[in-house]
Amino acid sequence: MTAIKPYGDATDDGLIQASFTLPIAESERARQAALEFARKMDLGRPQVVHMKAMGPDFTFFIVYGATQHSVDPDELEVPEREFPVLSYQEVNRVLRESLKRQLVVVGACTGTDAHTVGLDAILSMKGFAGDHGLEYFPEMRVLNLGSQVEPADIVETVRANGADAVLVSQVVTQRDAHLVHLKEVRDSLVDAGLRNGLILVGGGPRFSAEQAAELGYDKIFGRGTRPSEVASYLAYAATTRALNAG
Amino acid sequence: MKTSHEFTRPIGRLQIDRASVAECRSLASEISKPIEELARTQTTVSIERACLRFAGVDGVEGEGVEAVPIPNRVVDEVKETIGLERGVMIPFFHAVEQTGDVQRAAESIAAHELAPSWPAGDDYERAVAAATRAGESSVATIAAANDNRGRAIDRVGEASKPWLYLIVATGNIHEDIPQAQAAARAGADVIAVIRSTGQSLLDYVPYGATTDGFAGTFATQENFRLMRAALDEVGEELGRYIRLTNYASGLCMPEIAAMAAMERLDMMLNDCMYGIIFRDINMQRTFIDQHFSRMVHSLAGIVINTGEDNYLTTADAVAGAHSVLASQFLNERLALSAGLPEEQQGLGHAFEIDPDVPNQVALEIAHAQLIRECFPNAPLKYMPPTKHMTGNIFRGFLTDGMFNLVGALTGQDIILLGMMTEGIHTPFLSDRDLAIENANYVFGGSIALAGELRFEPDGDVERRANQVLEETRQMLAKVADIGMFAAIEAGMFADTVRTRTGGKGLSGVVVRSEDYVNPVTDLLSERLGVN
Repeated sequence: MTAIKPYGDATDDGLIQASFTLPIAESERARQAALEFARKMDLGRPQVVHMKAMGPDFTFFIVYGATQHSVDPDELEVPEREFPVLSYQEVNRVLRESLKRQLVVVGACTGTDAHTVGLDAILSMKGFAGDHGLEYFPEMRVLNLGSQVEPADIVETVRANGADAVLVSQVVTQRDAHLVHLKEVRDSLVDAGLRNGLILVGGGPRFSAEQAAELGYDKIFGRGTRPSEVASYLAYAATTRALNAG
Repeated sequence: MKTSHEFTRPIGRLQIDRASVAECRSLASEISKPIEELARTQTTVSIERACLRFAGVDGVEGEGVEAVPIPNRVVDEVKETIGLERGVMIPFFHAVEQTGDVQRAAESIAAHELAPSWPAGDDYERAVAAATRAGESSVATIAAANDNRGRAIDRVGEASKPWLYLIVATGNIHEDIPQAQAAARAGADVIAVIRSTGQSLLDYVPYGATTDGFAGTFATQENFRLMRAALDEVGEELGRYIRLTNYASGLCMPEIAAMAAMERLDMMLNDCMYGIIFRDINMQRTFIDQHFSRMVHSLAGIVINTGEDNYLTTADAVAGAHSVLASQFLNERLALSAGLPEEQQGLGHAFEIDPDVPNQVALEIAHAQLIRECFPNAPLKYMPPTKHMTGNIFRGFLTDGMFNLVGALTGQDIILLGMMTEGIHTPFLSDRDLAIENANYVFGGSIALAGELRFEPDGDVERRANQVLEETRQMLAKVADIGMFAAIEAGMFADTVRTRTGGKGLSGVVVRSEDYVNPVTDLLSERLGVN
């Protein structure tokens, strides 16, 4: 494949749209500032198609322009999903055959986050987007600790129940609190000597998969993840771990 | 907001089973009786602290995040030494008689310089008299909030309905203020300052102006005062009174209600069950606290906002529609039994049906109109879509427009503006501005329809409304059958199991003894006709 550019209504026209606010009162000078800003973003032939005052000190713009850049998709390094997405029956079968017991999963929202919507979407019977949650899988035992759980309580639950996997969810965040809270859980598990042999998974709308290494997690799931993906990953990880253990 | 037509609440447009509505009310009344009994016979640490705050106890002991409010210190000392069964007011005003000053008495108790004691003889009589004077002055303070609001509205002008409700949530009160003022200038009539995540589980109210909240700003009395002053200022400029909203929920519900009255807030989120179900706060604590806080809200002229929208963020909005209506009947009953009139009951609901469901807009109209018909005098609060907002901001903007349309057609009083970037980031300045533009267009273009809309007898909308009503009646009958506490223990609300002695805050619940004295609650009850 060769390099490609955005497609507006003709091949390689490179047309894109952007909207942004500048901290300046609406005026001809403000319009020129927006155009110059677009040019500095390497947009050729920029047009301000909409300019609106938002109070005395701000102006909102919608801008179109033609980008000069192009991308060759074949040259990109794309992380491939290392595990196959399995059906409900396959997940149960894989777990049954590899573990010969239930997979014990502990889930929690940590820190100040009281929003369990993401955790519940993945864990609860009801599930999300037509997928049943992990509680629905007979080969899993799910302990949903709910919101504002202290890392020490996660450690204790893991120890008391011989958990195989820990799922940590963070929905609401500010100033990177979600990263801090995830690291706290990992550190507590490391300190307790439980990190090895545990499948440690983080998730939430502000995360991306590439953050796993930086956070010391086995897997990070981002926005729009379905329960079946998490279930498939756990089945895959449990299998590979069982193989590693001999 | 400004529209060319007078706002109307369309009533009598659906033929719904009125006998069933009456039965729902009578079931709600039956269900609420044990809760009313609980509120009559028990108190909580937060109610006692709220009464001290009304009496003028202020300040903190210690510094920074470790600082403990003096009202907490006094109530804890009384609880640990002579017990809280008789209330904090008498031992506290006995201490005031000894030290000659409210704040000095509080600080002396906090510093262990003065041990709380229960006075006898003339000392007791003097303490009762002082506590009664404090109670009278507390009630006068609460009532003054309503009078002062009325005067402010007379002076600057009233916002016409529907009221556009916008949220700010920077975490820093000094950032919130310019954002709130910008939102008011752009067209918002109500500003809600979202609280810092986790504040509901703090058993004390943070102190002073704060700049370090997570995904929201701490509710403190100083933050309330600063924002109220800022909105009064921008209201003068705009010629319409801008309402301020915060959250009387969580473990400090009564104290936050007290602070709201003292600082003339206008609306408070205040649900009879939200804390139990969604925050795992002990059910007894919540039920007792909500009763006290609703008495305060009533006299202060504060409109409560109930939290039924939360039922639809966890359950399917079609299958769970009746849980919203059932909760509204319960919120209505528990508000009335705390003396809070229908005109101050901002019952909540939400536009949360999946847009891919066939007839989604018709179903939303059926639900919204049914609620309008059931609660003709309530200033209903309508919440925008959140659950089915994808990253497609263009579709989200359209969904928000449909939400506004349904709000206009069914005469919803308070419109929480939907953000097309819901779930992506905290709203940009431009997201709020576009949301107001959306609402101004849709309401401006369709508000007159509310007065003219009629529904086909036995058509889809009417049949759906009656189906939800019937499911509501059945749910309330089931709850009445086993009792409210057992129903919550059985997970009948939002599929969440909560036990009577589980959850946070039970240790702060105290059974009143026969010699319990609290002139604040007595005078409030008397004034509001609550028994």
